[in-house]
Amino acid sequence: MTETLMPYDEALAQYEPVLGLETHVELGTASKMFCGCPTTFGAPPNTHVCPVCLALPGSLPTANATAIESTIRIGLALNCSIAGWCRFARKNYFYPDMPKNYQISQYDEPLCFDGYLDVEVDGETVRIEIERVHLEEDTGKSTHVGGSTGRIQGADYSIVDYNRAGIPLVEIVTKPIPGTDRLAPEVARAYATELREVMRSLGVSDVRMEEGSMRCDVNVSLMPRGSSEWGTRTETKNVNSLRSVERSVRGEIERQAAILAAGGRIIQETRHFHEDTGLTTSGRSKEEAQDYRYFPEPDLVPIEPDPEWVAQLKAELPELPSVRRRRLQAEWGVSDLDMAAMHNADAISLVEATVAAGAPAADARKWWMGELARRANEAGVPLAELAITPGQVARVTELVASGALNDKLARQVLEGVLAGEGSPDEVVAARGLQIVNDEGELSAIIDEVIAANGDAAEKIRGGKIAAVGALVGGVMKASRGKADAGRARELILAKLGVTE
Amino acid sequence: MSLIHQTAAELGRLIAAGETSAVEVAQAHLDRIAEVEPKVHAFLHVDPDAVLAQARAVDERRAAGERLGPLAGVPIAHKDVFTTADMPTTAGSKILEGWRPPYDATVTRRLREAGLVILGKTNLDEFAMGSSTENSAYGVTHNPWDLSRIPGGSSGGASASVAAYQAPLSTGTDTGGSIRQPAAVTGIVGMKPTYGGSSRYGLIAFASSLDTPGPFARNVLDAALLHEAFSGHDPMDSTSIDAPVPPVVEAARQASVDGLRIGVVKEFGGNGYQPGVLARFQEAVDLLESLGAKVVEVSCPSFTYALPAYYLIAPSECSSNLARFDAMRYGLRVGDDGTRSAEEVMALTRAAGFGPEVKRRIMLGTYALSSGYYDAYYGSAQKVRTLIARDFDAAFQQVDVLVSPTTPTTAFPIGERADDPMAMYLADLCTIPSNLAGNAAISVPCGLADEDGLPVGLQIMAPVLGDDRCYRVGAAVEKAFEDRWGGPLLKEAPAL
Repeated sequence: MTETLMPYDEALAQYEPVLGLETHVELGTASKMFCGCPTTFGAPPNTHVCPVCLALPGSLPTANATAIESTIRIGLALNCSIAGWCRFARKNYFYPDMPKNYQISQYDEPLCFDGYLDVEVDGETVRIEIERVHLEEDTGKSTHVGGSTGRIQGADYSIVDYNRAGIPLVEIVTKPIPGTDRLAPEVARAYATELREVMRSLGVSDVRMEEGSMRCDVNVSLMPRGSSEWGTRTETKNVNSLRSVERSVRGEIERQAAILAAGGRIIQETRHFHEDTGLTTSGRSKEEAQDYRYFPEPDLVPIEPDPEWVAQLKAELPELPSVRRRRLQAEWGVSDLDMAAMHNADAISLVEATVAAGAPAADARKWWMGELARRANEAGVPLAELAITPGQVARVTELVASGALNDKLARQVLEGVLAGEGSPDEVVAARGLQIVNDEGELSAIIDEVIAANGDAAEKIRGGKIAAVGALVGGVMKASRGKADAGRARELILAKLGVTE
Repeated sequence: MSLIHQTAAELGRLIAAGETSAVEVAQAHLDRIAEVEPKVHAFLHVDPDAVLAQARAVDERRAAGERLGPLAGVPIAHKDVFTTADMPTTAGSKILEGWRPPYDATVTRRLREAGLVILGKTNLDEFAMGSSTENSAYGVTHNPWDLSRIPGGSSGGASASVAAYQAPLSTGTDTGGSIRQPAAVTGIVGMKPTYGGSSRYGLIAFASSLDTPGPFARNVLDAALLHEAFSGHDPMDSTSIDAPVPPVVEAARQASVDGLRIGVVKEFGGNGYQPGVLARFQEAVDLLESLGAKVVEVSCPSFTYALPAYYLIAPSECSSNLARFDAMRYGLRVGDDGTRSAEEVMALTRAAGFGPEVKRRIMLGTYALSSGYYDAYYGSAQKVRTLIARDFDAAFQQVDVLVSPTTPTTAFPIGERADDPMAMYLADLCTIPSNLAGNAAISVPCGLADEDGLPVGLQIMAPVLGDDRCYRVGAAVEKAFEDRWGGPLLKEAPAL
């Protein structure tokens, strides 16, 4: 089915978007939420299971204290109030990948509530209000085999892997976000990006969107310009990258605008995002709201966080990403634009670590945002996944600063390191990339070059010092780039008896 | 005296002293099971070879010099709602027919650690929902006092097995009276410990906030010994209380009510109560007074609402707890012919696998939790629950224990209430408040009703973690009655 879309600018001229984001983050605890099974990703199917996470008759959950602590830390980092007393609740619905046919979640008593997260878009700070942060368990993973869509409808059969069932999941729900106007897609992406960094700084999750350890559900509705009544919203799922967050908002605005402009009505439903087309298709209708029959989980005791403990957790929070960025920007003395570029390239931590390993900030930034960013882009991988460590980058800058390498050689060294040829020093040794510092060897090369370029030598002797460039070039060529160009120039002029 | 008529405490002593062996005791009980089981049908599973192997292992542990507890080598009948890794576990339901759990319930594990020999798994109302075992998918159990009558329920196999001398001890679970009512109508002792005092891990859930494992025995001391053997904190059950087990054995030996204040619950009596039950109850109260207790009447007005509150809370929890029986991972699977969706297979399986009472309660609970009805039903029931707990708190300010008849009537004939759920539910009228409040309560025999000659139970209720008071008062009543009767009430039961 092809959707009619209205061009974005046109859509924004007529309608104002209202956003809302629900983000699920899998916590990186060693064991699952309610049992002792490990949480590591990628194990053979149905090997990380036990009577509890398979919901065998008679089994009971016991809450993972670390997961509760992590959730409170997330809430504190998002400026939330922490409940003094709250409970888990059962969300009842039948689905084969949910072993108990209810999910242990939280309903009207979330662990954390009423917070906010400030994000920066186009140099402006946008405050995203947080409705709630609560703790729940993940479901198993269904794979639908056969059929064309990979979804349960039309599949020949389905298989379920319960390794994921019971992994602690934190759900972070924003309040509705009006007023973003045409920046709605960027705001959504900036929020998801910032949230991911907060999680990383807290060390509570690996937040890998492609592995599903962070998942965003994006709610979008439109209201006609001049109206103050919000429209019907849709909820887009399967948004598996930051870029997709942005694209899905844009696409949904364009789709909804086309429907509204044609006099149609938005159906309240979940929609499924497709990475390939950037479009969404209709999922489950929420018009007839499913009744989850929530009630307090009787198998678990209420959570009563000790206020002193919460205060201690708050005091021990790490520096939050936005604060850290402001500090590093000041320390490094870089412009807003450069800082934003590093942020967007996910390079800040890499530069920071490179500086910590001894490199000057300007050099560290130059290599990561220049040569290495280019290589990452070529390889189509995130910067952090390049096969080079900040320590190795720092070593390369050190070699350049000491005069042992020039930039051209340094690029070759980086290439060698990325190719798995070893450390920078090993690559230098193996590829013979050391600048020629042996005066005797350099002197011999210069003599050869002067002899081979008699005309140029004469011009220099005659005072046309600019002609020395050709001889330096010859020396560099003869030394295969390993000569120190500056020193070569000095020696050539000295040999020709010319002073500047 | 034959081995099957001994008390559990005496059997433990005889085995420890080497006067008999666990194997001999087990064999005697297996013989008794073989003899009377066709009449009683207390068991869903008995594997004699496996029983003797367990008994031999206990004898070997002792021979190897291991220090064993007072019940080592004593046989026990285990309610088929606790998981057992070496026996099938059905919860009395077709939906779990043939299921073998891969793990032992905490109660099962503790029985094994204490050296108890598990004779088999006993019959029950499906998923412990009922008061007669008529809701079992595997046939009804018969009351050894009168085989045409019910043995109580849901733990009816457990009560009948002990009353029929098939086992000296058995385990039960009590959600609304499922230990105390069967104990009362079979003339034995049944105790519902404080909620959280005994672990629910591996107990197939009916209503999580109410389910409580507890002991059956033919006398109060034996019940206390079993109580002590399997109770106590369990990290696998979050609702388990992290506190020492109350001194129940010591209390059972103390057997004195001198100076205790005993409250008679005003709300339990009158219309709907069998005259013979009320007469025996009054006799027990008089007896307590004669033993030196101070008896007063106590009003607990909210108890009147306990039954309706219970029939909202328990079905609500069960509607969710039983959702896991969906044919996907274990148990019965119906209609999986390759053409049907998972949802259809789930529905067909649940339609075929659950009995009518289970379906009734799932529907009641689903309705009570529904959006728009939650506050009026589940929410109100929880408020009543709080009021009942407050009534108990206020009562226990005035008295040490409360007493009432355990059930309004003696054992009713099989089939009499099978088609009348409300009449069936009334069997738990007096027992339900202690489930809602989570406090301890015991039923001990207090004689036979004049009109039918069937056993009547006296319920003794104590505060949360006051389990020892139940045993102390229960043992005193037992001793005084047995002096009067010239032995246990059960000797009045007809031979099978």
